[in-house]
Amino acid sequence: MPNFIMSYLGSTLTPGQAGNQFWALMYVLIIFAGVSVAVMCMNWIERKALAHFQIRLGPMRVGPHGLLQPFADALKLMLKEDIIPAEADQFVFWVAPLIGLLAAFTVYTVIPFGPSQAVSDMNIGILFMLGVSSLGVLGIVVAGWASNSHYPLIGALRSSAQMVSYEVAMGLAIVSAIMMTSMNASGTGTLSMIEIVRAQQHQGIWFIFKFFPLGFIAFGIFAVAMVAETNRAPFDLAEAESELTAGFHTEYSGLRWSLFMLAEYAAMIAVSSIAVTLWLGGWLRPFPNLLHAPAWDFLFSLFPGLTFLALGAIAVVGTARMPSHSFFKIQRIGLGIFAALLGSIGLLLLLIAVAGNSANLAVAARFSEGITYVYWFMLKVAIFMYLFIWYRATWPRYRFDQLMRVGWKVLLPISLGVLILTAIVGVVVS
Amino acid sequence: MVEKYKSRYGSGLDAQTYLGQNYLQVDRSLIPDILRRLREEEQFDYCVDITAVHYPKREKQFDVVWILYSFPRNERVRVKTQIADGASIESSVSIWPTSNWLEREVYDMFGICFDGHPDLKRILLPDGWKGFPLRKDYGILQQDQEWVQINLGIESGQ
Amino acid sequence: MSIPEKEGTSDLSPGTLGLGRASFEGSNLERETPGKAYLDSNELIINMGPQHPATHGVLRVILKLDGEKVLGTECVIGYLHRGVEKIAENRTYTMFNPYVDRMDYCAAVSNGLGYCEAVEKLMNVEAPPRAQYIRVILTELNRIASHQLWLGTHALDIGAMTPLFYTFRDREEILKIFERYCGARLTTHAFRIGGCQYETYAGFEKDVKNFLTFVAPKIDEYETLLTTNRIWLERTKNVGVISAADAIALGVTGPVLRASGVQWDLRKAQPYANYSRFDFEIPIGTNGDTYDRYLVRMMEMRQSLRIIEQAVDAIPEGPIMGKVPKVIKPPVGEIYHSIEAPKGELGYFIVSDGSTQPYRLRVRPPSFVNLQALDVMVRGLLVADVVAVIGTIDIVLGEVDR
Repeated sequence: MPNFIMSYLGSTLTPGQAGNQFWALMYVLIIFAGVSVAVMCMNWIERKALAHFQIRLGPMRVGPHGLLQPFADALKLMLKEDIIPAEADQFVFWVAPLIGLLAAFTVYTVIPFGPSQAVSDMNIGILFMLGVSSLGVLGIVVAGWASNSHYPLIGALRSSAQMVSYEVAMGLAIVSAIMMTSMNASGTGTLSMIEIVRAQQHQGIWFIFKFFPLGFIAFGIFAVAMVAETNRAPFDLAEAESELTAGFHTEYSGLRWSLFMLAEYAAMIAVSSIAVTLWLGGWLRPFPNLLHAPAWDFLFSLFPGLTFLALGAIAVVGTARMPSHSFFKIQRIGLGIFAALLGSIGLLLLLIAVAGNSANLAVAARFSEGITYVYWFMLKVAIFMYLFIWYRATWPRYRFDQLMRVGWKVLLPISLGVLILTAIVGVVVS
Repeated sequence: MVEKYKSRYGSGLDAQTYLGQNYLQVDRSLIPDILRRLREEEQFDYCVDITAVHYPKREKQFDVVWILYSFPRNERVRVKTQIADGASIESSVSIWPTSNWLEREVYDMFGICFDGHPDLKRILLPDGWKGFPLRKDYGILQQDQEWVQINLGIESGQ
Repeated sequence: MSIPEKEGTSDLSPGTLGLGRASFEGSNLERETPGKAYLDSNELIINMGPQHPATHGVLRVILKLDGEKVLGTECVIGYLHRGVEKIAENRTYTMFNPYVDRMDYCAAVSNGLGYCEAVEKLMNVEAPPRAQYIRVILTELNRIASHQLWLGTHALDIGAMTPLFYTFRDREEILKIFERYCGARLTTHAFRIGGCQYETYAGFEKDVKNFLTFVAPKIDEYETLLTTNRIWLERTKNVGVISAADAIALGVTGPVLRASGVQWDLRKAQPYANYSRFDFEIPIGTNGDTYDRYLVRMMEMRQSLRIIEQAVDAIPEGPIMGKVPKVIKPPVGEIYHSIEAPKGELGYFIVSDGSTQPYRLRVRPPSFVNLQALDVMVRGLLVADVVAVIGTIDIVLGEVDR
């Protein structure tokens, strides 16, 4: 048994390919935990960033600078009364959030955080992703239907119509990116997520810059479609309060509602990961081919540690700026501990990077490499998350018919055009 | 303009000025003719307000007042007429669509009915209210107790 | 959603507040399609309840929909009716002055200006020049504040959350000036019959001038957020169109009328409070849609800044209160005086019987008359636009209901 476990370490394959179920399970649990933590962080960042956009402070009291706010929210939602409408279809009502959650989380099995840091590298990875994320629509429709009230039903139908229409444009944009993977010497492309990133590495260019502006436009279409897929602003008519219908999750309260929110944020992270993988080079650090010397590798491998140290420094500055009144003592101490935590994580990462570089400890080198891959991936995804929040703060909402018009009459023709042009240019160039 | 109308309507119309504001005191029978003429011939195309005043001691208790304004002439004029309690008066909705809610409010507050109004019901007070508050015989603290008790479930609104 | 069977149930019973349950008996729409009230074929009658998430006040709109299209609307108002006109008959002229602020509570200074000027006209006195300049400055500041509040809530209705915070933060500066001047931020009771009671505080001119330099770039900031934003354009262009002829026929005034192309502003047409001394423009629009109303109000804010700039440099010395007797007893007569409030033509029709209390005081509220135009503006639009149109008319229920 331990042999089975240990035999995987040192492999350059994903657990799925290596046939190692234990590590696959481990990776699944790590991803599940990681995404849940990421959703909590995202909740905090959204509230703080939105507040700062609106010249307010956001949560400041629950924990220093509101850092414990997500925990408070989670606790509150868990303790809330679980209201199920009497006329609702009980089983379906119960199962609807689970469907959404299932669809959102299953996508993570193919998302590559590194060349071997994925649960499984299916050779139809993209296809799998598209198919499974479409299941999310089912969750929404079922939730609206099960509530047995016509406002959630109208909201659910609107949401599902919106998601379905933008999936078409999304799919076509993805196809044009996949076509770019086949523009290599052998002329064979791939649907596997890890291979797509490797193709970007071999071709020496992130697909967003390839055949400029075609790659950029395809990326732009996907960026718009993914915001519509996840029902976020400016496409959030279905869940806006000032419109008449309050959306598919009207009748859900407490923990069930939080499952919907979890599914929404998880879907946001998943779909951003797809964008990062397909166009922004996935786990690749900037200029992996151009700046290829070991010195550059070492420099870029310091980034994770430096990032955490920078965050820790910001937390230290925050601690110093806390008012020195006795009421703030606990918050000061809390923020100081948090700063120390961030700083120590940063130091640890730096240590690993340095140790890995000194080539004596192969394990450290592997760790350091793995960490850099995950770090660059998460950094790019984090930028997308910030963009999601930025869109929400800045733009008004699209009306539903305008939304559908954009999806069908604007994005679809453009994505078709980009697809055809990419094919033509690809043939001409090769 | 005044001379023209005076010659046509004779004693039914009386034009005066107070503090620089012109107003016409007309007989009840001249409404809505005079209003129509003011709109069509004299270009008073904007009905600013319609209101009423209650003089309980007078024989014709109510004074209905139209305040009109003319965009081309940049001029305002008031048209007043006196009607008795219980009498009704023609609605001017066909002349100025603004009058719709304005007349509803006059009905709501005074109880003056407007003939020909498409939808004469109470606007500010609840539909089942009894009494017309702006009349002088309605007390300042008075409320329709019955309505309050049925609909709000409390003894009294005071 | 069901129609209650009891005959005595009225609109105000608790179950009818909010979405869902509604009493449509007696409603126009119910009479037009008797029995065929809900979820029948394509037509749907739904209720936008008295409580709104976007601070319009308690307005109830009953919509008749065909799918998403609006076929007809009916507004139910009166939730905020306080009987201000009846109260006026029981208070002296001076005592009634604070009540006037509570009608349009977002722009209280204008209400006070209209009332004080109406009574002054009745008494045949005129406020001294210094008082008039102070009045103009405060009224224009109040116009900017009202438009800023309008912009924030209107943008929030359409989905842009951020302008609300920006406009409220900038509005704070105006409210601070009001507070320093007369002690109150919102319901200011700033003017008295005959002039102003309070002398400008030390630093008033400096504050106002600082405000002018502070707010001009902020108005540009609001414009960068919205004016050329594609989503804003799509949500507001050709939404809620009202033609100039319709607007005049319906008695609509204020920015709504000006956006439809009628260049009419009471400050220029029938000047009051020395407005004829100031040089400013009247912005008009072309289409009469929501976007034009937005642009007209933005430009009005800038023109107000211009007026304040001219006024604050030229405040004359002199008394701030005219010669009015201690007890205000206007001679028998009646008068109608109106001003250009931020929302439209605000008029006061006062009938005096020679005593210290008005015999009849009628307030002609701009929001009341403008709200009638909602039905015309909203036909054929989608449900999501109804909220935008209500916002663009700029109503304050305190004024609609009095």
